[in-house]
Amino acid sequence: MSVYDKYEAVIGLECHVQLLTKTKMYSNDAAEYGALPNTNVSVVTLGHPGTLPRVNKRAIEFAVKLGIATKSTITTENQFARKNYFYADLPKGYQITQDKTPICTGGYIGFKLKDGQEKKINLIRIHMEEDAGKSMHDIDPFETLIDLNRAGTPLLEIVTQPDFRSGEEAYAYLNEVRKLVRYLDICDGNMEEGSLRCDANISVRLKGAKEYGRRTEVKNMNSFRNVQRAIDFEIKRQIDLIEAGETISVETRSFDAVNGTTFTLRSKESANDYRYFPEPDLQPVFVTADYIEGVKKNLPPLPNDLHNKYVNELKLSEYDASVLTESKEIALYFNELISSTKNYKSAANWVMVNVKSFLNENALHINDFPIQPKVLSQIIALIDEGKISHAAASQKLFPALVANPAKSPESLATELDIIQNSNSGEIQALVEQAVNKFPEKITEYKNGKVGLLGLFVGEVMKLSKGKADPKVVNQLVKEQLEK
Amino acid sequence: MYTFISIAQLKEDLKAGKINCVDLVNALLKDISSKKNLNIYLEVFESDALEQAKKVDEKIKSGKAGKLAGVVVSLKDNICYKNHKVSASSKILEGFESLYSSTVVERLIAEDAIIIGRTNCDEFAMGSSNENSSKGNVLNPLNEKFVPGGSSGGAAASVAAGLCHVALGSDTGGSIRQPASFCGVVGFKPTYGRVSRWGLIAYASSFDQIGPITKTVADAALVMEVIAGADEFDSTVSQKPVPSYSNEIKPSGKKYKIAYLKDCLEANGLDPEVKSAVSKQLDNFKAAGHTVEAVDFPYLDYLVPVYYVLTTAEASSNLSRFDGVHYGYRSQNATDLESTYKKSRSEGFGKEVKRRIMLGTFVLSAGYYDAYYSKGQKVRKLLQEKTFEILMNYDFIVTPSTPGTAFEFGKNSADPIKMYLEDIFTVQANIAGVPAISVPCGNHSNGLPMGIQIMANYFDESKLFEFSSGIK
Repeated sequence: MSVYDKYEAVIGLECHVQLLTKTKMYSNDAAEYGALPNTNVSVVTLGHPGTLPRVNKRAIEFAVKLGIATKSTITTENQFARKNYFYADLPKGYQITQDKTPICTGGYIGFKLKDGQEKKINLIRIHMEEDAGKSMHDIDPFETLIDLNRAGTPLLEIVTQPDFRSGEEAYAYLNEVRKLVRYLDICDGNMEEGSLRCDANISVRLKGAKEYGRRTEVKNMNSFRNVQRAIDFEIKRQIDLIEAGETISVETRSFDAVNGTTFTLRSKESANDYRYFPEPDLQPVFVTADYIEGVKKNLPPLPNDLHNKYVNELKLSEYDASVLTESKEIALYFNELISSTKNYKSAANWVMVNVKSFLNENALHINDFPIQPKVLSQIIALIDEGKISHAAASQKLFPALVANPAKSPESLATELDIIQNSNSGEIQALVEQAVNKFPEKITEYKNGKVGLLGLFVGEVMKLSKGKADPKVVNQLVKEQLEK
Repeated sequence: MYTFISIAQLKEDLKAGKINCVDLVNALLKDISSKKNLNIYLEVFESDALEQAKKVDEKIKSGKAGKLAGVVVSLKDNICYKNHKVSASSKILEGFESLYSSTVVERLIAEDAIIIGRTNCDEFAMGSSNENSSKGNVLNPLNEKFVPGGSSGGAAASVAAGLCHVALGSDTGGSIRQPASFCGVVGFKPTYGRVSRWGLIAYASSFDQIGPITKTVADAALVMEVIAGADEFDSTVSQKPVPSYSNEIKPSGKKYKIAYLKDCLEANGLDPEVKSAVSKQLDNFKAAGHTVEAVDFPYLDYLVPVYYVLTTAEASSNLSRFDGVHYGYRSQNATDLESTYKKSRSEGFGKEVKRRIMLGTFVLSAGYYDAYYSKGQKVRKLLQEKTFEILMNYDFIVTPSTPGTAFEFGKNSADPIKMYLEDIFTVQANIAGVPAISVPCGNHSNGLPMGIQIMANYFDESKLFEFSSGIK
């Protein structure tokens, strides 16, 4: 047993989710990514004297969506609060956030680990706030440049309980958060562009210990993988320190992606006193039960629910379920598809193999895929009824249908002349013809050379020009030979 | 020379052609420059005012003039007016020009008022004597040895000196009513949330209201009718419709129930002449058939402390944006971000503003928050309830506007607490959020005016105007 196995890591995550609202949290300025610096800045964003905030109702709706999806308790009376600190990209000298009345409390996010094990992470809170601008230190050699386009864009901060035990769990959780916000259409989930950001609080303790260890906070991890790497590094660093008889300093650390290590950013002793107090410029926002019901009605199915349904009800594999739920649009397509076929495994294969590779090859989005789920289900039905072979369906009918999505699969199959013959009378004639062609082989077969079956079947298929149902042919050839 | 009496009279004279706006503005511009020593105006918008005057004259001729056609208005230097400088009388906003107009200015101009300039005030509206302006003292036009009051000292003086018809001020703890009382004019603080604060440089957001300083109560009512009401830019503004105050002001003959606060009339430091002037008014009310009763309000000692805990807390945050980084004054000695903050703010803010920022930072800081800010909020709630209780039983609460008349320059400067107690009667309305008016109430033997304050219940502006317009 390694020394590391004596310890258990205790990790909590704080995620910032940048909302896909058209305008900012407290003003009418556009909240788009990638505009020229300092163009989406009105007097409100600039924090000019005499300006006042007003709440973006859409951001409230998005927060409620996430609250419902995480089974959180949604706060009725939402107060805003000011968090006071000075920084060059914070024009007002305070951030408008929520302090004592976060819009969501006590929810959870469930997801599957790599081994299929279910993990549930409890949430402390989700609250609404505005983003700061960006300080750029590396563009000009002498000056720091400030871009205030991002200042005031709406964020939800999701704070978890310290429920993670490893970097891998954090990685899986972040994937689920991204999936969730994309399903809900509230965030594009793009960590590289900063629309999903994450800080980790990490401590270790001996297994079985009740008390938490001294913790560090790690920032500046710009991908899910880096979050995992930073956590794993930090766990090892802390254990090594403890084993060497040293104490962990409570501090904020930064992740260095180049060598996969963390380094001290600032000690907690120098931490700000943010002097939170209720924002006097905003009235509390009331979220009523009716409002929550209204939002609930328009909520899409959620990825983890779909995953569980696919595994438990449709009996699909964990792998199939995770591929199918990876994106909301694919999942919705599949959902529609299974409303018109009961062959779930075949439906899953068609979506995962044929549909997805067509989309990949043509760089298309599922929303632009020409074959409607109902039509695709007709192909599955043709195969299941034995009217066409899977090979013909996938190699001939599918491409033809993509090119002529208005036609019905059956008539296209007829045009393509790939309808199989399952008429045993007609096939029986061909079987007799084929068997009689090789009388000496019949004897060999009867003497035990059963591998010769393939020869006869191949001959029948040749005679039928590939249209005989191979299952029927197999059966009839066997019967004929064993007469 | 035209003598302004009231807006109603002015409108009649304009309509009758006795005077026109351009001549009116020219005459005022001349008076302003001849009374420059009073230091009332920080800037006169000469060409803009004349241009607007011309436009309004044409509108009057064509019969399309608005409710405030030809009314010349001064703005306290904390009210934003697009493409005009605004500084809150602070060095830290030196040279700053507003990119937008406050809602009140938009509404005044939409009704054809003429904005003539911006008036001096205590820096960031913090003060009771106008001695805290970085632009020097405003002299009381009635006696130049005396302060005009504050923080809207320039605003009150501009009306008293006849250098405009109406002034807009702001009132956080008495900053409209106290100087109005010191200068012998009418000062009105609306119900919190009646007038949009969009474009008012914030001192204490949950206390601040913009209001008019005028010659008559009727003028205040008309101006309020124009500037009050819902505004999408201020979410603390009420959606309640605005009554036609100017119509509702006509004497109704109604008999009211009036409370006066015994504790106020017995307060230490109340000038005996002020006390007798207010008592005389109370007798007049009785004589006119109103019910006048003494009411206990044993909370007087809490008003000023609660006010200073809460307003400084909000101010410490509201004034964070003046940091030398984005606009306004930046210290020449700054070398990096931190020294930009420290030096710009140390050099840019005056002594009283810094005192209040530090006080407010202290009461919000970890470890003191519960003892000061939280407790202050609780006491505010209690004072609101107690004030509301009285106003459920009485139509009005009457107090003196101030403990004494205007004082001489420097008299209270050494002791901030003494200065803070100037607000003792006015802060209650801001703490509770109710409307309050100060109207002149005779002259003191020192020759200076005194004022009586009347408070009413939330959104009872109409009644308050109607009643107070009868006070002689």
